[in-house]
Amino acid sequence: MTIDWAIVGKAAPLLLEGAVVTLQVSALSAIIGLFLGAVSGLASLSQSALLRWVVAAYVDFIRGTPLLIQIFLVFFALPVIGIRLDEFWAGVLALSLNAAAFVAEVVRGGVGAIEKGQTEAARSIGMKNGQILVYILLPQAYRQMVPPLTNEIISLVKNSSLLSVISVYELTRAGQAIISIHFVPFEIYTLLAVYYYVLLKALSWLSREVERRLPQW
Amino acid sequence: MVSAEKASSAFPLLRIEALEKGFGDQHVLRGIDIDVGAGETVVVIGASGSGKTTLLRCLNHLETPDAGAIWLDGETIGGAFTAPRGAWRPASQGALADQRRHFGFVFQRFNLFPHLTARDNVAIGPEKVRGLAKAEARALAERELTRVQLADHMDKRPVQLSGGQQQRVAIARALAMEPRMMLFDEPTSALDPELVQEVLDVMRALSASGMTMMVVTHEMSFAREVADRVIFMAGGVIAEEGPPEALFGSPQEDATRKFLRHIARF
Repeated sequence: MTIDWAIVGKAAPLLLEGAVVTLQVSALSAIIGLFLGAVSGLASLSQSALLRWVVAAYVDFIRGTPLLIQIFLVFFALPVIGIRLDEFWAGVLALSLNAAAFVAEVVRGGVGAIEKGQTEAARSIGMKNGQILVYILLPQAYRQMVPPLTNEIISLVKNSSLLSVISVYELTRAGQAIISIHFVPFEIYTLLAVYYYVLLKALSWLSREVERRLPQW
Repeated sequence: MVSAEKASSAFPLLRIEALEKGFGDQHVLRGIDIDVGAGETVVVIGASGSGKTTLLRCLNHLETPDAGAIWLDGETIGGAFTAPRGAWRPASQGALADQRRHFGFVFQRFNLFPHLTARDNVAIGPEKVRGLAKAEARALAERELTRVQLADHMDKRPVQLSGGQQQRVAIARALAMEPRMMLFDEPTSALDPELVQEVLDVMRALSASGMTMMVVTHEMSFAREVADRVIFMAGGVIAEEGPPEALFGSPQEDATRKFLRHIARF
Protein backbone atom coordinates (compact mmCIF):
# COMPACT_ATOMS: atom_id res chain seq x y z
CA MET A 1 0.00 0.00 0.00
CA THR A 2 1.06 3.57 -0.49
CA ILE A 3 0.86 6.22 2.16
CA ASP A 4 -0.45 9.56 1.04
CA TRP A 5 2.20 11.74 2.70
CA ALA A 6 0.79 14.89 1.19
CA ILE A 7 -2.45 14.41 3.10
CA VAL A 8 -0.57 13.58 6.27
CA GLY A 9 1.31 16.88 5.95
CA LYS A 10 -1.93 18.79 5.36
CA ALA A 11 -3.88 16.99 8.08
CA ALA A 12 -1.34 17.34 10.87
CA PRO A 13 -1.96 21.06 11.56
CA LEU A 14 -5.74 20.63 11.12
CA LEU A 15 -5.73 17.82 13.65
CA LEU A 16 -3.76 20.02 15.98
CA GLU A 17 -6.80 22.32 16.17
CA GLY A 18 -8.86 19.30 17.16
CA ALA A 19 -6.26 18.33 19.70
CA VAL A 20 -6.57 21.77 21.29
CA VAL A 21 -10.32 21.27 21.64
CA THR A 22 -9.72 17.79 23.10
CA LEU A 23 -7.40 19.38 25.63
CA GLN A 24 -9.91 22.10 26.44
CA VAL A 25 -12.78 19.67 26.88
CA SER A 26 -10.62 17.30 28.93
CA ALA A 27 -9.15 20.00 31.16
CA LEU A 28 -12.53 21.57 31.89
CA SER A 29 -14.14 18.17 32.51
CA ALA A 30 -11.25 17.08 34.71
CA ILE A 31 -11.49 20.23 36.84
CA ILE A 32 -15.26 20.04 37.19
CA GLY A 33 -15.19 16.26 37.60
CA LEU A 34 -12.50 16.39 40.27
CA PHE A 35 -14.40 19.07 42.15
CA LEU A 36 -17.79 17.32 41.95
CA GLY A 37 -16.12 13.98 42.66
CA ALA A 38 -14.31 15.29 45.72
CA VAL A 39 -17.53 16.79 47.06
CA SER A 40 -19.47 13.57 46.40
CA GLY A 41 -16.67 11.42 47.79
CA LEU A 42 -16.67 13.42 51.02
CA ALA A 43 -20.46 13.31 51.12
CA SER A 44 -20.27 9.53 50.93
CA LEU A 45 -18.10 9.60 54.07
CA SER A 46 -20.52 11.83 55.96
CA GLN A 47 -22.69 10.89 58.90
CA SER A 48 -25.85 11.49 56.89
CA ALA A 49 -27.36 8.29 55.56
CA LEU A 50 -29.34 10.30 52.99
CA LEU A 51 -26.21 11.92 51.54
CA ARG A 52 -24.45 8.57 51.41
CA TRP A 53 -27.40 7.04 49.64
CA VAL A 54 -27.63 9.84 47.08
CA VAL A 55 -23.96 9.48 46.18
CA ALA A 56 -24.18 5.68 46.05
CA ALA A 57 -27.19 5.87 43.72
CA TYR A 58 -25.39 8.38 41.50
CA VAL A 59 -22.23 6.29 41.27
CA ASP A 60 -24.35 3.21 40.59
CA PHE A 61 -26.16 4.94 37.73
CA ILE A 62 -22.97 6.22 36.10
CA ARG A 63 -21.23 2.87 36.41
CA GLY A 64 -24.27 0.98 35.22
CA THR A 65 -24.81 2.89 31.97
CA PRO A 66 -22.61 3.44 28.91
CA LEU A 67 -20.91 6.81 28.62
CA LEU A 68 -22.29 7.15 25.11
CA ILE A 69 -25.84 7.00 26.49
CA GLN A 70 -24.92 9.54 29.17
CA ILE A 71 -23.64 11.87 26.46
CA PHE A 72 -26.88 11.46 24.48
CA LEU A 73 -28.91 12.06 27.61
CA VAL A 74 -27.13 15.33 28.32
CA PHE A 75 -27.22 16.47 24.69
CA PHE A 76 -30.67 15.34 23.61
CA ALA A 77 -32.65 14.90 26.81
CA LEU A 78 -31.71 18.01 28.74
CA PRO A 79 -33.22 20.35 26.09
CA VAL A 80 -36.54 18.57 26.65
CA ILE A 81 -36.58 19.93 30.21
CA GLY A 82 -35.48 23.35 28.98
CA ILE A 83 -31.73 23.14 29.51
CA ARG A 84 -30.09 23.92 26.20
CA LEU A 85 -26.32 23.59 25.93
CA ASP A 86 -24.17 23.75 22.80
CA GLU A 87 -22.20 20.62 21.83
CA PHE A 88 -19.07 21.78 23.57
CA TRP A 89 -20.66 22.42 26.96
CA ALA A 90 -22.95 19.42 26.71
CA GLY A 91 -19.80 17.36 26.13
CA VAL A 92 -17.99 18.94 29.05
CA LEU A 93 -20.99 18.37 31.30
CA ALA A 94 -21.40 14.72 30.28
CA LEU A 95 -17.70 13.93 30.79
CA SER A 96 -17.62 15.82 34.10
CA LEU A 97 -20.64 14.00 35.48
CA ASN A 98 -19.14 10.70 34.39
CA ALA A 99 -15.72 11.42 35.86
CA ALA A 100 -17.23 12.72 39.11
CA ALA A 101 -18.67 9.31 39.94
CA PHE A 102 -15.32 7.58 39.53
CA VAL A 103 -13.45 10.31 41.37
CA ALA A 104 -15.95 10.03 44.23
CA GLU A 105 -15.08 6.36 44.53
CA VAL A 106 -11.36 7.12 44.54
CA VAL A 107 -11.79 9.74 47.28
CA ARG A 108 -14.02 7.48 49.35
CA GLY A 109 -11.61 4.58 48.94
CA GLY A 110 -8.53 6.70 49.59
CA VAL A 111 -9.83 8.16 52.83
CA GLY A 112 -11.49 4.90 53.84
CA ALA A 113 -8.23 2.98 53.43
CA ILE A 114 -6.52 4.99 56.15
CA GLU A 115 -6.10 2.99 59.30
CA LYS A 116 -8.84 3.39 61.91
CA GLY A 117 -6.24 4.17 64.57
CA GLN A 118 -5.63 7.53 62.89
CA THR A 119 -9.21 8.63 63.42
CA GLU A 120 -9.17 7.29 66.96
CA ALA A 121 -5.95 9.10 67.81
CA ALA A 122 -7.35 12.34 66.39
CA ARG A 123 -10.58 11.81 68.32
CA SER A 124 -8.71 11.17 71.52
CA ILE A 125 -7.11 14.61 71.38
CA GLY A 126 -10.55 16.14 70.96
CA MET A 127 -10.69 16.72 67.20
CA LYS A 128 -14.07 17.01 65.59
CA ASN A 129 -14.98 15.07 62.45
CA GLY A 130 -14.31 17.96 60.06
CA GLN A 131 -10.90 18.59 61.60
CA ILE A 132 -10.00 14.91 61.44
CA LEU A 133 -10.82 14.87 57.74
CA VAL A 134 -8.92 18.07 56.92
CA TYR A 135 -5.84 17.70 59.11
CA ILE A 136 -5.41 13.95 59.44
CA LEU A 137 -7.16 11.89 56.78
CA LEU A 138 -7.01 13.96 53.57
CA PRO A 139 -3.31 14.84 53.85
CA GLN A 140 -2.56 11.13 54.07
CA ALA A 141 -5.00 10.22 51.31
CA TYR A 142 -3.74 12.70 48.67
CA ARG A 143 -0.67 10.71 47.93
CA GLN A 144 -2.34 7.39 47.37
CA MET A 145 -5.11 9.04 45.38
CA VAL A 146 -2.79 10.42 42.69
CA PRO A 147 -2.28 7.18 40.69
CA PRO A 148 -5.98 6.20 40.53
CA LEU A 149 -6.97 9.79 39.77
CA THR A 150 -4.45 9.83 36.93
CA ASN A 151 -6.10 6.72 35.54
CA GLU A 152 -9.47 8.48 35.70
CA ILE A 153 -8.13 11.51 33.86
CA ILE A 154 -6.52 9.30 31.24
CA SER A 155 -9.86 7.56 30.72
CA LEU A 156 -11.48 10.94 30.50
CA VAL A 157 -9.17 12.08 27.69
CA LYS A 158 -9.79 8.85 25.79
CA ASN A 159 -13.52 9.09 26.42
CA SER A 160 -13.58 12.61 25.00
CA SER A 161 -13.29 11.04 21.53
CA LEU A 162 -16.90 9.87 22.00
CA LEU A 163 -17.96 13.50 21.88
CA SER A 164 -17.40 13.30 18.12
CA VAL A 165 -20.89 11.77 17.94
CA ILE A 166 -22.46 15.03 19.09
CA SER A 167 -20.24 16.98 16.70
CA VAL A 168 -17.82 18.48 19.18
CA TYR A 169 -14.97 19.38 16.86
CA GLU A 170 -12.32 17.63 18.93
CA LEU A 171 -9.48 15.44 17.70
CA THR A 172 -11.51 12.45 16.54
CA ARG A 173 -14.17 14.56 14.88
CA ALA A 174 -11.52 16.63 13.13
CA GLY A 175 -10.02 13.42 11.77
CA GLN A 176 -13.36 12.11 10.61
CA ALA A 177 -14.02 15.35 8.77
CA ILE A 178 -10.79 14.95 6.83
CA ILE A 179 -11.52 11.30 6.09
CA SER A 180 -15.00 12.08 4.78
CA ILE A 181 -13.54 14.49 2.24
CA HIS A 182 -10.34 12.72 1.21
CA PHE A 183 -11.10 9.11 2.12
CA VAL A 184 -7.74 8.40 3.76
CA PRO A 185 -8.77 6.41 6.86
CA PHE A 186 -5.48 4.61 7.36
CA GLU A 187 -3.34 7.75 7.40
CA ILE A 188 -5.72 9.80 9.52
CA TYR A 189 -6.62 7.16 12.11
CA THR A 190 -2.93 6.36 12.52
CA LEU A 191 -2.23 10.04 12.98
CA LEU A 192 -5.10 10.26 15.51
CA ALA A 193 -3.64 7.36 17.48
CA VAL A 194 -0.26 9.11 17.55
CA TYR A 195 -1.83 12.37 18.76
CA TYR A 196 -3.75 10.64 21.55
CA TYR A 197 -0.73 8.59 22.52
CA VAL A 198 1.45 11.67 22.87
CA LEU A 199 -1.23 13.49 24.88
CA LEU A 200 -1.67 10.59 27.28
CA LYS A 201 2.06 9.99 27.66
CA ALA A 202 2.50 13.62 28.61
CA LEU A 203 -0.28 13.23 31.14
CA SER A 204 1.26 10.14 32.78
CA TRP A 205 4.60 11.91 32.98
CA LEU A 206 2.94 14.90 34.63
CA SER A 207 1.24 12.65 37.15
CA ARG A 208 4.50 10.94 38.05
CA GLU A 209 6.07 14.34 38.60
CA VAL A 210 3.21 15.39 40.89
CA GLU A 211 3.53 12.14 42.80
CA ARG A 212 7.27 12.59 43.13
CA ARG A 213 6.85 16.06 44.54
CA LEU A 214 4.30 15.08 47.16
CA PRO A 215 5.80 14.84 50.65
CA GLN A 216 6.99 11.39 51.52
CA TRP A 217 6.89 9.67 54.87
CA MET B 1 -27.74 7.72 94.38
CA VAL B 2 -24.66 8.89 92.59
CA SER B 3 -26.23 10.88 89.81
CA ALA B 4 -27.66 13.42 92.26
CA GLU B 5 -24.46 14.35 94.03
CA LYS B 6 -22.41 16.62 91.83
CA ALA B 7 -18.78 17.47 92.21
CA SER B 8 -18.59 17.45 95.97
CA SER B 9 -15.12 17.33 97.48
CA ALA B 10 -15.61 13.64 98.25
CA PHE B 11 -16.32 12.89 94.60
CA PRO B 12 -13.41 11.07 92.94
CA LEU B 13 -11.75 12.43 89.82
CA LEU B 14 -13.09 9.50 87.84
CA ARG B 15 -16.11 7.43 88.70
CA ILE B 16 -17.20 4.46 86.63
CA GLU B 17 -20.55 3.04 87.57
CA ALA B 18 -22.23 -0.16 86.38
CA LEU B 19 -20.51 0.09 83.01
CA GLU B 20 -21.60 -2.46 80.42
CA LYS B 21 -20.53 -3.01 76.85
CA GLY B 22 -21.17 -5.77 74.35
CA PHE B 23 -20.22 -6.44 70.75
CA GLY B 24 -22.94 -8.41 69.04
CA ASP B 25 -23.87 -11.22 71.39
CA GLN B 26 -20.55 -10.99 73.20
CA HIS B 27 -20.91 -9.31 76.57
CA VAL B 28 -17.46 -7.79 77.14
CA LEU B 29 -18.07 -5.59 80.19
CA ARG B 30 -20.62 -6.88 82.66
CA GLY B 31 -20.98 -4.08 85.15
CA ILE B 32 -17.80 -2.31 86.17
CA ASP B 33 -17.54 0.08 89.12
CA ILE B 34 -14.29 1.92 89.72
CA ASP B 35 -13.42 5.16 91.50
CA VAL B 36 -10.07 6.78 90.79
CA GLY B 37 -8.88 9.60 93.00
CA ALA B 38 -6.85 12.55 91.75
CA GLY B 39 -3.19 11.65 91.51
CA GLU B 40 -3.84 7.94 91.75
CA THR B 41 -2.23 5.40 89.42
CA VAL B 42 -4.46 2.40 88.80
CA VAL B 43 -3.12 -0.56 86.86
CA VAL B 44 -5.58 -2.93 85.21
CA ILE B 45 -4.40 -6.46 84.54
CA GLY B 46 -6.13 -9.56 83.20
CA ALA B 47 -6.02 -12.08 80.39
CA SER B 48 -6.70 -10.94 76.84
CA GLY B 49 -10.42 -10.82 76.26
CA SER B 50 -11.14 -9.91 79.86
CA GLY B 51 -12.39 -6.46 78.82
CA LYS B 52 -9.48 -4.26 79.94
CA THR B 53 -9.01 -2.47 76.65
CA THR B 54 -12.74 -2.09 76.10
CA LEU B 55 -13.03 -0.55 79.56
CA LEU B 56 -10.39 2.03 78.71
CA ARG B 57 -11.92 2.77 75.32
CA CYS B 58 -15.35 3.27 76.89
CA LEU B 59 -13.96 5.93 79.23
CA ASN B 60 -13.29 8.43 76.45
CA HIS B 61 -16.10 7.00 74.32
CA LEU B 62 -13.97 5.53 71.56
CA GLU B 63 -16.55 2.84 72.26
CA THR B 64 -20.02 3.88 73.34
CA PRO B 65 -21.03 2.07 76.52
CA ASP B 66 -24.31 0.17 76.46
CA ALA B 67 -25.19 0.98 80.04
CA GLY B 68 -23.77 2.63 83.10
CA ALA B 69 -22.11 5.99 83.44
CA ILE B 70 -18.73 7.68 83.68
CA TRP B 71 -18.04 10.86 85.58
CA LEU B 72 -14.90 12.91 85.18
CA ASP B 73 -14.65 15.66 87.77
CA GLY B 74 -18.35 15.25 88.52
CA GLU B 75 -19.40 15.65 84.91
CA THR B 76 -20.95 12.75 82.99
CA ILE B 77 -19.07 11.76 79.84
CA GLY B 78 -20.83 11.33 76.52
CA GLY B 79 -24.19 12.60 77.64
CA ALA B 80 -26.24 13.62 80.63
CA PHE B 81 -29.10 12.37 82.75
CA THR B 82 -32.23 14.42 82.22
CA ALA B 83 -32.83 14.16 85.98
CA PRO B 84 -31.23 12.26 88.86
CA ARG B 85 -31.86 8.63 87.92
CA GLY B 86 -33.62 10.03 84.84
CA ALA B 87 -33.25 9.14 81.20
CA TRP B 88 -29.84 9.31 79.50
CA ARG B 89 -29.47 11.87 76.75
CA PRO B 90 -26.36 11.34 74.57
CA ALA B 91 -24.13 14.34 73.94
CA SER B 92 -23.65 15.83 70.48
CA GLN B 93 -20.51 14.88 68.54
CA GLY B 94 -19.08 18.32 69.23
CA ALA B 95 -19.72 18.20 72.96
CA LEU B 96 -18.23 14.72 73.13
CA ALA B 97 -15.10 15.90 71.27
CA ASP B 98 -14.68 18.63 73.90
CA GLN B 99 -14.87 16.04 76.68
CA ARG B 100 -12.48 13.57 75.06
CA ARG B 101 -9.49 15.87 75.31
CA HIS B 102 -9.69 15.67 79.10
CA PHE B 103 -8.53 12.07 78.80
CA GLY B 104 -5.06 11.57 77.38
CA PHE B 105 -5.15 8.26 75.51
CA VAL B 106 -2.04 6.27 74.64
CA PHE B 107 -2.58 3.46 72.15
CA GLN B 108 -0.86 0.13 71.92
CA ARG B 109 0.19 0.86 68.34
CA PHE B 110 1.07 4.54 68.98
CA ASN B 111 -1.15 5.83 66.15
CA LEU B 112 1.07 8.79 65.42
CA PHE B 113 0.16 10.88 62.38
CA PRO B 114 2.68 9.68 59.76
CA HIS B 115 2.53 12.85 57.66
CA LEU B 116 3.57 15.10 60.54
CA THR B 117 6.88 15.56 62.33
CA ALA B 118 7.14 14.65 65.99
CA ARG B 119 6.74 18.33 66.84
CA ASP B 120 3.63 18.72 64.70
CA ASN B 121 2.14 15.50 66.04
CA VAL B 122 2.23 17.09 69.46
CA ALA B 123 1.39 20.66 68.39
CA ILE B 124 -1.63 19.91 66.22
CA GLY B 125 -3.97 19.26 69.15
CA PRO B 126 -3.07 22.38 71.12
CA GLU B 127 -3.32 24.46 67.95
CA LYS B 128 -6.45 23.09 66.34
CA VAL B 129 -8.38 21.95 69.40
CA ARG B 130 -7.23 24.17 72.25
CA GLY B 131 -6.91 27.16 69.95
CA LEU B 132 -3.35 28.13 70.84
CA ALA B 133 -1.41 30.31 68.41
CA LYS B 134 0.84 28.29 66.12
CA ALA B 135 4.06 29.53 67.73
CA GLU B 136 2.69 28.85 71.19
CA ALA B 137 1.59 25.34 70.21
CA ARG B 138 5.03 24.60 68.79
CA ALA B 139 6.75 25.88 71.90
CA LEU B 140 4.49 23.72 74.03
CA ALA B 141 5.21 20.71 71.81
CA GLU B 142 8.93 21.28 72.20
CA ARG B 143 8.59 21.42 75.99
CA GLU B 144 6.55 18.21 76.07
CA LEU B 145 8.95 16.40 73.75
CA THR B 146 11.88 17.51 75.87
CA ARG B 147 10.06 16.14 78.90
CA VAL B 148 9.95 12.68 77.27
CA GLN B 149 13.65 12.92 76.27
CA LEU B 150 13.03 13.58 72.58
CA ALA B 151 14.50 17.06 72.23
CA ASP B 152 16.82 15.80 69.49
CA HIS B 153 14.10 14.21 67.38
CA MET B 154 11.50 16.93 66.97
CA ASP B 155 11.83 17.27 63.19
CA LYS B 156 11.63 13.56 62.46
CA ARG B 157 8.57 11.86 61.12
CA PRO B 158 7.22 8.80 62.93
CA VAL B 159 8.73 6.40 60.40
CA GLN B 160 12.20 7.70 61.31
CA LEU B 161 11.68 6.94 65.00
CA SER B 162 11.97 3.70 66.94
CA GLY B 163 8.86 2.19 68.53
CA GLY B 164 9.87 3.44 71.96
CA GLN B 165 10.44 6.93 70.61
CA GLN B 166 7.11 6.87 68.79
CA GLN B 167 5.31 5.87 71.94
CA ARG B 168 6.97 8.68 73.85
CA VAL B 169 5.84 11.14 71.15
CA ALA B 170 2.34 9.73 71.61
CA ILE B 171 2.56 10.35 75.36
CA ALA B 172 3.77 13.91 74.72
CA ARG B 173 0.89 14.40 72.25
CA ALA B 174 -1.60 13.37 74.92
CA LEU B 175 0.04 15.49 77.63
CA ALA B 176 0.03 18.59 75.44
CA MET B 177 -3.76 18.60 75.71
CA GLU B 178 -3.39 19.06 79.48
CA PRO B 179 -5.68 16.15 80.23
CA ARG B 180 -7.28 15.56 83.62
CA MET B 181 -6.08 11.97 83.49
CA MET B 182 -4.09 9.65 81.27
CA LEU B 183 -5.26 6.31 79.89
CA PHE B 184 -2.63 3.82 78.68
CA ASP B 185 -3.79 0.87 76.61
CA GLU B 186 -0.99 -1.72 76.71
CA PRO B 187 1.54 0.99 75.82
CA THR B 188 4.53 -1.37 75.65
CA SER B 189 2.95 -4.47 74.09
CA ALA B 190 3.94 -3.56 70.54
CA LEU B 191 7.53 -2.71 71.45
CA ASP B 192 10.72 -4.70 71.09
CA PRO B 193 11.80 -5.80 74.57
CA GLU B 194 14.80 -3.46 74.70
CA LEU B 195 12.54 -0.44 74.07
CA VAL B 196 10.01 -1.17 76.81
CA GLN B 197 11.98 0.40 79.63
CA GLU B 198 12.29 3.89 78.13
CA VAL B 199 8.50 4.11 77.85
CA LEU B 200 7.93 2.75 81.35
CA ASP B 201 10.45 5.29 82.67
CA VAL B 202 8.41 8.13 81.22
CA MET B 203 5.23 6.68 82.70
CA ARG B 204 6.87 6.22 86.06
CA ALA B 205 7.98 9.86 86.11
CA LEU B 206 4.52 10.95 85.06
CA SER B 207 2.92 9.01 87.88
CA ALA B 208 5.39 10.45 90.37
CA SER B 209 4.56 13.96 89.14
CA GLY B 210 0.99 13.44 90.35
CA MET B 211 -0.78 12.69 87.06
CA THR B 212 -3.87 10.53 87.50
CA MET B 213 -3.38 7.41 85.42
CA MET B 214 -5.19 4.27 84.44
CA VAL B 215 -2.85 1.76 82.82
CA VAL B 216 -3.74 -1.50 81.11
CA THR B 217 -0.55 -3.52 80.93
CA HIS B 218 1.12 -6.89 81.17
CA GLU B 219 4.20 -5.37 82.79
CA MET B 220 3.79 -6.79 86.27
CA SER B 221 6.96 -5.20 87.60
CA PHE B 222 5.61 -1.81 86.59
CA ALA B 223 2.31 -2.59 88.32
CA ARG B 224 4.07 -3.74 91.45
CA GLU B 225 6.29 -0.70 91.59
CA VAL B 226 4.16 2.19 90.36
CA ALA B 227 0.51 1.31 90.97
CA ASP B 228 -1.37 2.65 93.95
CA ARG B 229 -3.99 0.05 93.18
CA VAL B 230 -4.18 -2.97 90.90
CA ILE B 231 -7.42 -4.17 89.37
CA PHE B 232 -7.65 -7.72 88.08
CA MET B 233 -10.34 -8.20 85.46
CA ALA B 234 -11.73 -11.52 84.34
CA GLY B 235 -14.75 -12.22 82.16
CA GLY B 236 -15.85 -8.62 81.98
CA VAL B 237 -15.98 -7.98 85.73
CA ILE B 238 -13.51 -6.90 88.38
CA ALA B 239 -12.45 -10.16 89.96
CA GLU B 240 -10.19 -8.61 92.56
CA GLU B 241 -8.60 -5.28 93.40
CA GLY B 242 -6.23 -3.94 95.96
CA PRO B 243 -2.83 -2.42 96.57
CA PRO B 244 -0.11 -4.20 94.59
CA GLU B 245 1.50 -5.79 97.65
CA ALA B 246 -1.79 -7.42 98.59
CA LEU B 247 -2.89 -8.43 95.11
CA PHE B 248 0.44 -9.86 94.08
CA GLY B 249 1.45 -11.01 97.56
CA SER B 250 -1.68 -12.75 98.76
CA PRO B 251 -4.34 -12.85 96.05
CA GLN B 252 -7.74 -13.82 97.48
CA GLU B 253 -9.39 -15.21 94.37
CA ASP B 254 -8.61 -18.43 92.52
CA ALA B 255 -8.82 -16.66 89.19
CA THR B 256 -6.23 -14.10 90.29
CA ARG B 257 -3.87 -16.78 91.53
CA LYS B 258 -4.23 -18.71 88.32
CA PHE B 259 -3.59 -15.64 86.19
CA LEU B 260 -0.54 -14.60 88.19
CA ARG B 261 0.90 -18.11 88.03
CA HIS B 262 0.39 -18.09 84.27
CA ILE B 263 2.06 -14.68 83.87
CA ALA B 264 4.99 -15.72 86.08
CA ARG B 265 5.90 -18.38 83.55
CA PHE B 266 6.93 -15.78 80.98
